[in-house]
Order: sequence, then structure tokens, then C-alpha cells
Amino acid sequence: MNNPTPDTTTRYLNVMRTRNSAAREATWLRALRQSAVERFAETGFPMLQEEDWKYTDVRPIERAAFMPLPQDAALPAVPTAGQFRLDGLSGPRVVFIDGRFSASLSAVGPLPEGATVTTLADALNSQPQVLEAHLGRYLPADGHGFAALNTALLADGAFIHLGAGTRLEQPIHVLYLTTAGAALLLPRNLIIAERDSEVTIIEHYAAVGDMAYFTNSLTEIFAGDNSTVEHYRVQEENRAAFHVSGVHVQINRSSRVISHALDLGGRLVRNDLRAVLADTGGECHLNGLYFAADRQHIDNHTHIDHAQPHCTSREFYRGVLSGRGRAVFRGRIVVRPDAQKSDARQVNNNLLLSRDAEADSQPQLEIYADDVMCSHGATVGQLDEDALFYLRTRALGDAEARDLLTYAFAREVLDRVRLAPLRVRVEHRLAAALRERGALHEVHP
Amino acid sequence: MLTITDLHASCDGKEILRGIDLQINAGEVHAIMGPNGSGKSTLANVLAGRERYQVTRGAVIYRDADLLQMSPEERARAGVFLAFQYPVEIPGVSNIYLLKAALNAVRKSRGEPELDAMDFLALVKDRLQLVAMKEELLYRSVNESFSGGEKKRNEILQMAVLTPHLAILDETDSGLDIDALQVVASGVNALRSPDRAFLLITHYQRLLDYVVPDVVHVLVGGQIVKSGDRSLALELERQGYVGVAQPSTSV
Repeated sequence: MNNPTPDTTTRYLNVMRTRNSAAREATWLRALRQSAVERFAETGFPMLQEEDWKYTDVRPIERAAFMPLPQDAALPAVPTAGQFRLDGLSGPRVVFIDGRFSASLSAVGPLPEGATVTTLADALNSQPQVLEAHLGRYLPADGHGFAALNTALLADGAFIHLGAGTRLEQPIHVLYLTTAGAALLLPRNLIIAERDSEVTIIEHYAAVGDMAYFTNSLTEIFAGDNSTVEHYRVQEENRAAFHVSGVHVQINRSSRVISHALDLGGRLVRNDLRAVLADTGGECHLNGLYFAADRQHIDNHTHIDHAQPHCTSREFYRGVLSGRGRAVFRGRIVVRPDAQKSDARQVNNNLLLSRDAEADSQPQLEIYADDVMCSHGATVGQLDEDALFYLRTRALGDAEARDLLTYAFAREVLDRVRLAPLRVRVEHRLAAALRERGALHEVHP
Repeated sequence: MLTITDLHASCDGKEILRGIDLQINAGEVHAIMGPNGSGKSTLANVLAGRERYQVTRGAVIYRDADLLQMSPEERARAGVFLAFQYPVEIPGVSNIYLLKAALNAVRKSRGEPELDAMDFLALVKDRLQLVAMKEELLYRSVNESFSGGEKKRNEILQMAVLTPHLAILDETDSGLDIDALQVVASGVNALRSPDRAFLLITHYQRLLDYVVPDVVHVLVGGQIVKSGDRSLALELERQGYVGVAQPSTSV
């Protein structure tokens, strides 16, 4: 082997260096990219030996060596793009095809004074000062290699800015639709809600076709004083896709962030959601629902940082696993020494529909203050046999009873999804997952 | 309606029913009384099809069919109803949804069309009065945070909506105050009819003051040791099980 193929880390570093030497960019952005390049050079891909990655093996991503797509080719036509609209929602729509903005599929419409909904690429040109103040500011310095990879090569994504006191009633739908195989996609979103503003954003990932590709997305959310941000991440990638996401949230004084993480697709999925309660009176609600059908692996790592006193966090994640589905949940809550009167509750429940499904649930509370209320509960279990028998004595068939109990389990999270079109979409996906072979009939006797 | 012959059943390898013989005709109300551990609830569960219990010998014929060969849902669709001693809480499934799904499953197996929403609601509201239950409970999750009395009323409500041929009430009276007991009893009495049979399983004869049985059986040690008319229940009340029943040794 005189000319071994360079490993993926090296190839990515080459892409980064080539890109950065060619680009003419603001100094702050160059510095941001450069530190990300250095971080990626240092960490490379996460390894199973690392505590945060011990259940999630990303070597298949590394082996596949997905590469960024050329940015100058024409965008493919996507006649089926309409299927991914959320009927009944009439707010701004920002659509990316293969990571690039599609003007023809997007429709922002009239916005109230003070609201900006555009692309990150556009915002880098049109309002560099705002970006300089926010982009990359809400990421931990010790982030993993995937986050560094995104920052080093960031190109586009959604930019949403709500000026002070601006309220956007209609939810913003940001759709990332992938059509290309072997692609590395690096969506980068920035959401800034200034004080007293209010906004709802749906970040939606899907594919046309069953090719393998890799979405490595990163979203930063700044919730200014007394603002309300509701954020949905709807992941319905195809079953060959790799999906790694990071959502980093800063919650300021008396502001409120509600997050819904809905993971319905993907082959190997890893989500890191980190919320910092950075000033008093902040509130964060993290809801999660994941379906891991046969051979799907879904890993949710959440981290809530009670950095200041008098903040509240509520976390409720549930997963349904069938076939050889696999789920990982790690919920870390840190209450800092000064964060008195913190109120944190965390619940994670996993429902195993088959013998071969597996879930690992790890609550992790680190409490350094003494006057706090913190609780957690984690369960991994099967359908309740008593409930199943009860329903069957009420004339429901075995399969029907199992479906009903599974729906009921998921519904407790879905009830928190305020947007009906989204709720209906998720219910349909659950029904489809249940119909899959292996979901219903391998159930424990 | 129901013929049980030499029924033996066990749970986790332990034999609990040790040769039950019982004949229930349409229109009759039978009461089975017995001390704790005598096998009363096992009999109810075996008749409803609970897989945890294994039938090791004997036969159960229900309306000319082999009941033991039927799944729990087939039994329910054929008109067997079990009111649970401990009704199960089912978070996320509304009471009204379950009632409708159950009724439509039964109607479908009888070859009847599904009821439309209006007719269904009218029927349920009518039956609610029978058990003096608050309408609000229809829209809550099945039995979730219901009081003990509400759970038992809910069982009777389901029975009244499903109109079974054979209703088995497993200690529906236990844990009820006298008002709730009267409500449950009047629900049962309202449903008594020449083509319907009841099997009341009870620990105390109190229920039988309100629902007068045709036949009373005493179950001890997994066998029916004595059968008689209503006066047997009163005799049990006075003398206790030991006084009335001399359990025979099983072979």
C-alpha cells in the first residue's frame, strides 16, 4: 500500500483548508472557522471509548466519507416537494434542497416589522454585525468533532431574527430536503429572539429517495429577556441516512424556550441538545419523541445547565422501539452552586415492542446548590400485560390493543405538540412504523 | 348458556381449580362465594381467557362452543363479559374511545353495522344514568385516577353498553360503600333478562341483599363444596365457611 487513501478526518481537513484559503471573509468569521478546523484536527470523529459516545458507533459515518456537494451545479427539480409541506400552516417557508436555498420552493411572505426570515448566507452579507455578535457564541468550546465540522464548513441555513417586541404568530417552516446520495450536508441555523419577542420554528429534515447521505446540522438559539421561542426539530430522514444534530440554546432572564424533538427516521441518529438557563426566571421545556424501528439507532443527549437561580426545566422524552431498534437517552442536568431555587424535572420512558429492541436510559444529575427541587425518572419496559388483557376482554383484537396502547404511550408527548398538522403527521408516521413487519408480531408473549 | 365440567386450572405450576362443575342457564343469576384463596378470581380469569392460567383438565362449553379454544377477544365478541376486581388504568386512551371501539367490535362480530356518533352518544348517555356516573368521566383516560367506586361503576357501564349474554362480576362489590353498592346492584338488576346470565363472584353476602341470586355455590380449595338457594348465603354469613363447607379431598 504505497498510496493509502487518506482517512476521512484528513480528507475533511483538506477540504476545510482548501476552502479557507480561497475564501474572502470577515476576520471574525475566518477566526471562527479556524478554531473549528483546529478543534476538528484535535478531536476527529468521536470514538466509542469516549463516555458520551459509548453506545453510538459513528464509524459507519467515517467509513462512508460523505463529501460536500459542489455549490455551483443547478438545483434538482423536486416534483414531490409538496409532500413535505405541513398543510394547514401558512407561515413563512424556507426550503433547502441538498443544503442549498431554493427560492422557488420557499415563500417567506409579508412579515411584521422587526422580523427577518432569510438564509444565513444572505444574512452574512446583509447584517454582518448581528452575525458576528451571535454566530458560534452559544457553542461550548469543548464541542465534539461533528460540531467543529459544521462550523468549519458552514455555508447556509436559516437565519431568523425577531427584533425587540416582535411577535410572529405563524410558525416558520424550515425544510431541508435531500435528494443526492453520498452527500455531506451541513445546515447551520441561527435564531435570535430579542427581548419580549415571540416565535415558533419548525426545523424539518427529510429526503426524496432511499440513498445514503449525512446531515450534520447545528442550530443556535438566543432567547432574549422575556421572549418565548418554540422550536420543533422534525427528523424524518430516510432509513439509510445518518443524522447528527446540535441544538444550542441560551435562555435569558424570564424567557421561555419550548423544544420538541421528533425523531422518526434515519439509520443512525445522534442529537445533542444543550440549554443554558443563563439568567434568573428562565424556563425550558424539552419534549422528545422517537421511534426506532428495525435497525434504526437514535441517540438523544440533552444537557440542561441551571447556571442561575430561580429557573425551571421540564424534560419529557419518550421512545417507541420495534424490531432491532435501538435508542439511547442521556439526560444531563447541572445545577450550579449559585443556582438556588432551581426546579428541574426529567422523565424518559422507553417502550420496547420487540424482543430485540434495546434502550439505554441514563439520567445524570449534577447538583451543586442546596436549595433546589430536582427529580428524574427513567423506564424501559414492554406494553402492560394487564392493560392488554383488559382491552382484549373488551373485544379489541390483540394487534389492535397493542397499537392502541402504543399510541396512548406516544400521545402523552404528542399532546404537547400544539401544531395540529405536525401532530397528525407524526401520528401517521407512528401508524406506518407499527404496520412494519417485526413491529407487532414479535412482541413478548 | 355455560357448562363447566371437571375444570382444573393452575398458575405458575400451582393447581388452583381442582375440578369445578357448574351449569348456568339463560336468565339465571349464580353467586359463587368463598374465602380468600379459594379460586374465585382464578375461575373468573379462566373464563375470560387470561393466558397466565393453564387449564389442565376439563371442559367449558358456552352456547354450544368450546370456550377454552377462544381468545379473550373472541369470547368478548361472543358475549362474555368480565367485570374486573381491579379495573386497569390506561393512560392516554379515553374512556369513550374504548367504549366505542369495544361496542363496534362486538357489533361487527354480530354482523351489525357500526353505530354512528350520534346514536352511540345517545346510548352511552342513557346507560350512564343507570350507573349514576358523571359524564365527565367518559372523556378521561380509562380508569385513570378514578376512585374505587368510579372504577366499579365504569365496569358496569361497559357491561350495560356491551349487553353481554354472560356477565361475570369478579368481586365488583368489594371496597364499595353502601351507596355505590346499591348503584352497582341496580345496574345488574336492570340488565337481568331471560336471555342473559350472571355469575357473581363475591366474598360477602352483602351484594346478595340487593341482587337476589337463583343459585349460590360455595367454593373452597378450588372445588364447589356446596350449592343451594339464597338461604345458603345467609347461612354462610352466620356460620362462616368452615361451618358450612367440609372441603372434600381431591383425588
